[in-house]
Amino acid sequence: MSDVSVAQRRSSDVLLPPGEGGAKRRMRAMSLSRLAIHATLILACALYLVPLVVMLLTSFKTPEDIRTGNLLSWPEAFTLIGWIKAWGVVGSYFWNSVMIVVPAVLISTVMGALNGYVLSMWRFRGSQLFFGLLLFGCFLPFQVILLPASFTLGKLGLANTTTGLVLVHVVYGLAFTTLFFRNFYVSVPEALVRAARLDGAGFFTIFGRILLPMSIPTIMVCLIWQFTQIWNDFLFGVVFASGDTQPITVALNNLVNTSTGIKEYNVDMAAAMIAGLPTLVVYVLAGKYFLRGLTSGAVKG
Amino acid sequence: MASLELRNLNKRYASGAPDTLKDIELKIDSGEFLILVGPSGCGKSTLMNCIAGLEAITGGQILIDGQDVAGTGPKDRDIAMVFQSYALYPTMTVRDNIAFGLKMRKVPQATIDEEVARVARLLQIEHLLERKPAQLSGGQQQRVAMGRALARRPKIYLFDEPLSNLDAKLRVEMRTEIKLMHQRLKTTTVYVTHDQIEAMTLGDKVAVMKDGVIQQFASPRGIYNDPANLFVASFIGSPPMNFVPVRPRRQGAQWLAALDSGQARCELPLELAGDETLDGRELLLGIRPEQIGIAGSHSLPTVLAEVKVTEPTGPDTLAFVELNDTKVCCRLPPEIDPRVGEVLALQFDPARVLLFDAGSGERIALGPARSNGSAKKVSRLHPR
Ligand SMILES: Nc1ncnc2c1ncn2[C@@H]1O[C@H](COP(=O)(O)OP(=O)(O)OP(=O)(O)O)[C@@H](O)[C@H]1O
Ligand SMILES: [Mg+2]
Repeated sequence: MSDVSVAQRRSSDVLLPPGEGGAKRRMRAMSLSRLAIHATLILACALYLVPLVVMLLTSFKTPEDIRTGNLLSWPEAFTLIGWIKAWGVVGSYFWNSVMIVVPAVLISTVMGALNGYVLSMWRFRGSQLFFGLLLFGCFLPFQVILLPASFTLGKLGLANTTTGLVLVHVVYGLAFTTLFFRNFYVSVPEALVRAARLDGAGFFTIFGRILLPMSIPTIMVCLIWQFTQIWNDFLFGVVFASGDTQPITVALNNLVNTSTGIKEYNVDMAAAMIAGLPTLVVYVLAGKYFLRGLTSGAVKG
Repeated sequence: MASLELRNLNKRYASGAPDTLKDIELKIDSGEFLILVGPSGCGKSTLMNCIAGLEAITGGQILIDGQDVAGTGPKDRDIAMVFQSYALYPTMTVRDNIAFGLKMRKVPQATIDEEVARVARLLQIEHLLERKPAQLSGGQQQRVAMGRALARRPKIYLFDEPLSNLDAKLRVEMRTEIKLMHQRLKTTTVYVTHDQIEAMTLGDKVAVMKDGVIQQFASPRGIYNDPANLFVASFIGSPPMNFVPVRPRRQGAQWLAALDSGQARCELPLELAGDETLDGRELLLGIRPEQIGIAGSHSLPTVLAEVKVTEPTGPDTLAFVELNDTKVCCRLPPEIDPRVGEVLALQFDPARVLLFDAGSGERIALGPARSNGSAKKVSRLHPR
């Protein structure tokens, strides 16, 4: 009872401080600056969204509509013809991309987690040097590895295969995933691993039962990062795959860059949307983990 | 149950770094309880980690049951440890934390449930079993850490300050529980503590460490009554031992040390076996607070001193006086409640005091005649 009344008095104190209306004026000034901030944010948002809106609108228009109307005009009649045509062209490549992305993301994440675990908890002679070299891998531009990679794939008999492309993506992505996991695991107290060792847990048990369950945010970061990188990759796709095994990015490029016939912008836009949709979906579904994972290291120190 | 022996153990964290542990020699028999004390950073946790096999040692041997365990990993040494930092598994419930070690050792589920229930009752954490460590207070986490070790029946328990975070009442209860459990199970135990009472009451043996060196390894009584050096004497005991600087003079066959309280002066006879080099050298006279009492005996020298501060603690009254410009704590019975400024007539048995070299901190042996004859010399002592 008395608690409630105290709380009430407190809250009314905040709302109506004794004295003149100085607080009210302050509040009006505050809401004005609030308004300015929100207006700016909405404007920035709108600017960023324009290309997406244009793409979406165009993809639902008929070719005639596109020729007559302007970029931002509403479609005279919504039609799915662009989407259907686009799927007909890039659909099979979409599945190619899926076949590349899923194993490449999973393998590079799992291996990155194991690498990070070893590099942080089971330091061996030269592990610092090893980690340094790995870090170096993060800064290697794509172009540098094209020749050696194609040479290696050729030797392995994996040239122009999905497996080959997966391998390249895994190897290139390992530097990043290892870095993510290693940085998370160095913030985990070593005593945890020690306690588990005394409890009789082995290398893989400690990893699977104790560290991995703690790493959900980092796993999410890795999945999103690798998914975006590999799905959006064009260069490796164009160099290491050909014909039937090409990923959707290459197919999209081929579609948009054809010089024969009239340009069907609705099809191009729909195809681009199809190519971009999975990354969007992943961000929407797992974005909050991404932010949490990125900041978790900073907060825990 | 197993005996534990450390032979000449050395530990250096990095080559080039100074030794963290230096020539540690310890031996405890099967079923014994060893207390490890020492100031922060002296290497207690390091020693525990070495025994558990979690840190590689740089020299010497660790023998469990007489077997050198150099080639044995932590898992196979069959040791359970309470970590100073608790090290609870954050994604597991309290129940799973406690059960983990048993599961790893393929204990049947029924036994696991029994053991978890047993330690949960013992540590009063039954209502917390389904929580995650992050949802517990520090003291609760510490009890879970304790439970994780106690659920197992290893050869050796290593406890690294297992009660440091508990409130006074719970601490006393847990201390008794640990002692009862040790009496029942007789598992060899090494126990690190900063608590004077735990150090004195729990163990069969006490090892006092400083800067990675064992200063003394003896029974609790031995450490208390017969400290090897100034460090051990000052570290063990609460309130700590008083150290009064004196310069003994030789007078005939007799050594005398002057005590000056500002109000009075007295000459204390000392049974020094030492030679002439001690003459006029600065020594420290070590007197435990409880050895000082209100004058009541005619056979002991009496010192008159003014009370500067009093601290009634409940079971006793601590009165602080000054001797040779050094604060001296006297532990008096609680019914004596001196006012500040009051002059007390204090007595202590000169035969029971300890002497240390002020520079090196080494203990200086008292003479062979230490237990008798002090009564004879009392006549020389007179209040000024
Ligand atoms: N992993 C490590 N690498 C390098 N030096 C260390 C490491 N762990 C501890 N030390 C050093 O070794 C010394 C002993 O540390 P230790 O943790 O054993 O002290 P302690 O006696 O347990 O102290 P406390 O009572 O504070 O727990 C300290 O000087 C510490 O800085
Ligand atoms: Mg410690």
